[in-house]
Amino acid sequence: MSEFLRAYLTVAVFGLAAGLLVAAMLGLGKLVQPSRPSRQKRINYESGVDPVGAGFGQSQVRYYIFALLFVMFDVEAVFIFPWAIGLESFGVFGLIEMAIFIVILALGLVYAWRKGVLRWA
Amino acid sequence: MGDPVFNGGLDLGVLGIVAVKALIGFTFVMVGVIFMIWFERKIIADMQSRVGPDRAGKWGLLQTLADGIKLIFKEDLSPDRSDRLVYRLAPYLSVAPAFLTFTIVPIGGVFRGDDDGTLRVLGNDTFLQVADPPVGVLFLLAMSAVAVYGIMLAGWSSGSKYPLLGSVRASASMVSYEAALGLSVVAVVLLSGSLSTHEIVSSQAGSVLDWNIVRTGFVPFVVFLIAATAELNRPPFDLVEAEQEIVGGFHTEYSSIRFGMFFLAEFMNTITMSAIMVTLFLGGPDGPAPIGPPLLWSFFWFTIKLLAFLFLFVWLRAALPRFRYDQLMDLGWKQLIPLSLGWLLLLGAIQIGRDEGWNVVVVVLVGFGIAVVAAGGLLGAIRVADRRRDAFAEPLPNESAELTDAGVR
Repeated sequence: MSEFLRAYLTVAVFGLAAGLLVAAMLGLGKLVQPSRPSRQKRINYESGVDPVGAGFGQSQVRYYIFALLFVMFDVEAVFIFPWAIGLESFGVFGLIEMAIFIVILALGLVYAWRKGVLRWA
Repeated sequence: MGDPVFNGGLDLGVLGIVAVKALIGFTFVMVGVIFMIWFERKIIADMQSRVGPDRAGKWGLLQTLADGIKLIFKEDLSPDRSDRLVYRLAPYLSVAPAFLTFTIVPIGGVFRGDDDGTLRVLGNDTFLQVADPPVGVLFLLAMSAVAVYGIMLAGWSSGSKYPLLGSVRASASMVSYEAALGLSVVAVVLLSGSLSTHEIVSSQAGSVLDWNIVRTGFVPFVVFLIAATAELNRPPFDLVEAEQEIVGGFHTEYSSIRFGMFFLAEFMNTITMSAIMVTLFLGGPDGPAPIGPPLLWSFFWFTIKLLAFLFLFVWLRAALPRFRYDQLMDLGWKQLIPLSLGWLLLLGAIQIGRDEGWNVVVVVLVGFGIAVVAAGGLLGAIRVADRRRDAFAEPLPNESAELTDAGVR
């Protein structure tokens, strides 16, 4: 196992334990809980009345353009994190570079804002 | 770099230490959750002049266990319309990230003086954290992003309307606050120069003035706190399960212990996020050790700081009304993100200025000058956007005239 992967050994053990915990709790539940199925119990909850229409209905996802903006800001992290770690080595040049980058990014946000994307539509 | 326990080969002793650390971390989180649920109910009760749970055990301490046992004995129902596989998978996806994030938190260790937070056990040096991946902070961001899948898939797979609304809200708020969360973490990384949580804690050792909350100038901490509350879906950002609006939100169709798993994950996330905030901003286990072994004091300080955050989260829940959906989005995109971007550049300029020997006052003044100009430009853009909206909005038919006719002022 490489040096890099070893650091994740404990993480893997921990993840496995978490999965086992959930499985154990659900399994224990299976053993002790009653099961008296009836049609009524398997109907969707809609405040007590019979469900109207299909469950997987369409709903308007407001702010869907936010998802695109989010991609922009998430990809930006790929550039900002290395800069933040190597701040000293990049020096003034790096700072100006990053300032230009962030200004361009902010312009993108302002553009979206001005276009009215950021409001309830 | 990395946990020194892995510097040698992988022998039985190392594996033993790994197993024991995992066990301790696991127990800490589980006991923490049981305590936290009781703590929250008790504090909320006090704040609302109620007694709260007081039957199960002394001061109701065993209430959480009693609730858990009750939930296990309840019938597990799943709606006919649900997507079976995803419906069963969602609780796992919810709980696992909550556990995994805790692995990068150093829960103890002496960092002051010559010590660098290592502890010698059975001939092996080790850190007092479950794991120390070299990209710890990125791991945190990744896990908080994965956590939303549990909620989103639970809501979607139920095949029901309220859960679907809850999951749509979850993805929207996660998308909005993930960016602000990441940007405020960058400020910490900027000063510590490392992504490893152990290094971040080491760089804060000393006094309160060395903690990142002071060194980053409070703003990233406040942004992180708000963004973390939103990521946790805790009040006042709990739109995902807003009882008064969408019943139970994403877990409406879940019952029995399967529902309990979501409950567990939620409180586990609260503890983990508090621990992360202690690590990133409050120096982790750092604190004075007047008498006795400093190692015990490190556990003490870590627990005290953790409790302070847990109390803060409960306090927020008791004190603040829930945000409206569009207010939530506005706060994230229009305030937190521009603020943290600007603050990041200012911090970078101050750091570089210190290296280059610039005058700090000049850097701060120039920085604020640029910030004011930028804010002015932004406000101008908002005004244009508002004017456009007013111009395009349909005029309401004779609304004011009707009101006057009816004699209503």
